[in-house]
Amino acid sequence: MTHAITLQPLDWLHLFLYYLSISLLAVGGAIATAPDMHRFLVDRNAWLTDMQFNASIAIAQAAPGPNVLFIALLGWHVGLNAGGPGAIGWAYGLLGAALCMLGIMLPSATLTWLATRWAHRNRERRAVRAFKQGMAPLVIGLLMAATWVLGRAQGQPTTDGPLWLLTAAAALLVWRTRLHLLWMLGAGALLGVLGWV
Amino acid sequence: MASDLPLPDSAQTAARPRNPADLFWSFTWLALQGFGGVVAVVQRELVEKKRWMTNEEFLEDWAVAQVMPGPNVVNLSIMIGDRHFGLRGAFAALAGMLSFPLAIALAVALVYAQWASHPAMAGALRGMGAVAAGLIGGMGLKLAAALRTHPLGPWLCAAIAGLTFVGVVWLRVPLYGLLLVVGGAACVLTWRKLAP
Repeated sequence: MTHAITLQPLDWLHLFLYYLSISLLAVGGAIATAPDMHRFLVDRNAWLTDMQFNASIAIAQAAPGPNVLFIALLGWHVGLNAGGPGAIGWAYGLLGAALCMLGIMLPSATLTWLATRWAHRNRERRAVRAFKQGMAPLVIGLLMAATWVLGRAQGQPTTDGPLWLLTAAAALLVWRTRLHLLWMLGAGALLGVLGWV
Repeated sequence: MASDLPLPDSAQTAARPRNPADLFWSFTWLALQGFGGVVAVVQRELVEKKRWMTNEEFLEDWAVAQVMPGPNVVNLSIMIGDRHFGLRGAFAALAGMLSFPLAIALAVALVYAQWASHPAMAGALRGMGAVAAGLIGGMGLKLAAALRTHPLGPWLCAAIAGLTFVGVVWLRVPLYGLLLVVGGAACVLTWRKLAP
């Protein structure tokens, strides 16, 4: 499980700058940028394992609060990998969580704050509507891609049939019913403990 | 601040947060109720229970929160906080939305780390990970229904969504490239379709 890595000060800066750079791209929710984070953290830099990446998202979904907290958990796990066990790992974990959250929040929160009143008054403007509606199909595509990337990290469709069936069932339930999400996550955990998926 | 916004008649009767501390605790409370998404809780608490805003105001704010980059619910908390107490209010609402949930998420992550090598924990997270992936897909399917009335028409929308999917999954194009090229084209096309 442990995945020891070494991070130089420049790497920490790089992590912070990465989140600064994608903050304004997170149109339609931070989860839409998850595939890009996977590319950066797991594929390119190998700061996180696939399992840690998915665990961060699953824990954020299972815990109360906005799902954007999965980004803090990604930073936390990067810090743990760099700091090793014990208090140093915790300190690095907090540093990682703080850097990632600050990076992802600072630009978008500032922009939102500045643009709130302007957009409120100009909501009928053609350009505002064109931006909002034009991005809609792209956001749908990004959400489906996030499903695929997260599912693939758990297992291949050809070899892990039951797991993908579970993913499809969850998607169907969210789409068609008002069942509380917590029941579905609980059912998934139970099926996993029993070794059925 | 609040004075330059149009105030509907209901403004006299509508309740308001008493101070930034009230905002902080209100947003903390509703964030802690939101498992796997906070939006529905925001509407129920702020519109139906506290009556800080009407359903119409909520819808307008929600639309803007979605237009802006960043997490929708977080954007919404900044907007509502700013409306009542300016920058202080925005910070109070934002801090309420994030502080306690972050502490809880880190605590859960710590518990997870203690048990990570246990096969039952690995299995549970495997199952939860598969479900979490499905939740996002289901949300996408739900939102896709809104594309039926999109100015570009369902087929062009499906093509844009498909192109985005292929770009991420197989071509592994970085996000900013996709947003710039595919998103830019989609916005321009939509702009041309919308009546001036």
